[in-house]
Amino acid sequence: MSLSIIESCVNCWACYDVCPSEAIYEAAPHFLIDAKKCTECEGDYADPQCASICPIEGAILDAAGESINPPGSLTGIPPEMMEKAMAEIQAR
Amino acid sequence: MELTVLNDTPSESAGGCSTSSCGSSNDQLSHLPDEIKQKVHNHPCYSEEAHHYFARMHVAVAPACNIQCHYCNRKYDCANESRPGVVSELLTPDQAVKKTKAVAANIPQMTVLGIAGPGDPLANLDRTFETFRRLSEEAPDIKLCVSTNGLALPAAVEELSKHNIDHVTITINCVDPEIGAQIYPWIYWNNRRIHGKKGAQILIEQQQKGLEMLVAKGILVKVNSVMIPGVNDQHLKEVSRIVKQKGAFLHNVMPLIAEAEHGTFYGVMGQRGPSNEELMELQDECSGDMNMMRHCRQCRADAVGLLGEDRGDEFTMDKIEQMDIDYEAAMVKRAVIHQGIAEELAEKEKKRAALAAVKVPSGPAAENKHFRPVLMAVATSGGGMINQHFGHATEFLIYEASSNGVRFISHRKVDQYCIGNDTCGEKESALSGSIRALAGCEVVLCSKIGFEPWGLLEEAGIQPNGEHAMEPIEEAVMSVYEEMIATGRLDQSKGESSQMSA
Repeated sequence: MSLSIIESCVNCWACYDVCPSEAIYEAAPHFLIDAKKCTECEGDYADPQCASICPIEGAILDAAGESINPPGSLTGIPPEMMEKAMAEIQAR
Repeated sequence: MELTVLNDTPSESAGGCSTSSCGSSNDQLSHLPDEIKQKVHNHPCYSEEAHHYFARMHVAVAPACNIQCHYCNRKYDCANESRPGVVSELLTPDQAVKKTKAVAANIPQMTVLGIAGPGDPLANLDRTFETFRRLSEEAPDIKLCVSTNGLALPAAVEELSKHNIDHVTITINCVDPEIGAQIYPWIYWNNRRIHGKKGAQILIEQQQKGLEMLVAKGILVKVNSVMIPGVNDQHLKEVSRIVKQKGAFLHNVMPLIAEAEHGTFYGVMGQRGPSNEELMELQDECSGDMNMMRHCRQCRADAVGLLGEDRGDEFTMDKIEQMDIDYEAAMVKRAVIHQGIAEELAEKEKKRAALAAVKVPSGPAAENKHFRPVLMAVATSGGGMINQHFGHATEFLIYEASSNGVRFISHRKVDQYCIGNDTCGEKESALSGSIRALAGCEVVLCSKIGFEPWGLLEEAGIQPNGEHAMEPIEEAVMSVYEEMIATGRLDQSKGESSQMSA
């Protein structure tokens, strides 16, 4: 079982530094998780480390493909507020 | 007003004066021990005087962060924005060393290399310390400094002290976890993400502990605070008192930058930043207890040049790869230029001492000390001189003249923070924007000024003045103040513009 990183990743290196399994590697356009090495931190930590430090909502998925940090969970910005603000900015 | 409450508190540095920088000297560091002055005299971020002459640079080797702040968005890559936490390209330590040497050779006034992000330098220990280690060996004439949110600071103090870093900046926005929970949604601590008040509590403890440990090691600490109206604005007076007590030597209260297009919590949620007047008032209220820094430009984590300018475009990695730098030769040249600046500063200091008497209004004014203070805006491109055309200024320095002398108050940007294309916020006429930014000032001093702005400034109650071109700033400000007294302008009230300073 393995977690994965998707395209919203901003390449901040935070997950790379905290992974206990050295499963995360630098790649273009964004960091990736080596599924063969990822243990989801089982046996090492209570929570998967990459998903515990990642600042970007939605960038890390669990083994089932679900977002571990869904919209609003990290920034505290309600998703509808974010959508509204972005729509306003794009309309300019 | 609460001002009096703070000023009633006896303070060894304030003496009989309500601010730490009153009297004939304009430098907020003038009363510090010589040993500290020696450490900061050529550091543009620590000495108001030095920032006219010496340049700094940041290298962006620290992308990872261990906390989230509501004024930050971790999508940090933007060429058009100018605010902390934003960079154009990340560097490896090796690239950072190359870039630092290239800048030092080409901008010999560059004395300070800082690591400030775009994440938290101490959440990137290997990258940060490898950069410091190599620079202290390969470019020993450059001062090294670091800024941090403080979470990982206690664990890093020992290592920091080994790298001969004598300046550290900690961003401390609160000492109360209730307030902290409104600023920091989470921290990463002991392998867990910790939300809310509990996370804020840990962050505050680590910041305070780190501050104490640095002071015990003799490392100079500056504290940065972001002023967030309605969240921590009143609380920052307590923060200022506490950090001074613990031995921080300078406090830098900065205005919140929050725009929806930055995608930050505060930007999207419509949290406003403080007005110039609110910021100045808070800085004045804190200054009874603490040396306040007022010349901060809130620069990017990859800024290069004098404060207020960014020459980063000249030093992108592809350009640096083409440069052939002989650092040994550059160090010789740098030493000569630093010596020249030091002599110029010493000369200025002597002249200032000799002119101290001139700075107190004399003549008929001397008998009547009730003249109100006047704010004046100055256009300068460095060197402590009035030497910039009004229309070329991207920022103005604000000075206050009063019967106590001349003191530096702040700078005001006339560009918007985001100067990108038309999708980056609404455009307004640059001129009317400039004039609005000068609200509260009665005079603007510049080397030259065009006909159109002259008229508009006068209409706005701001007197343009080009008569002091190429003169030292403080002397010119005082001479204009004396002239205003002599011609009876200060017998009248300030008119429509609001009174800004007591």
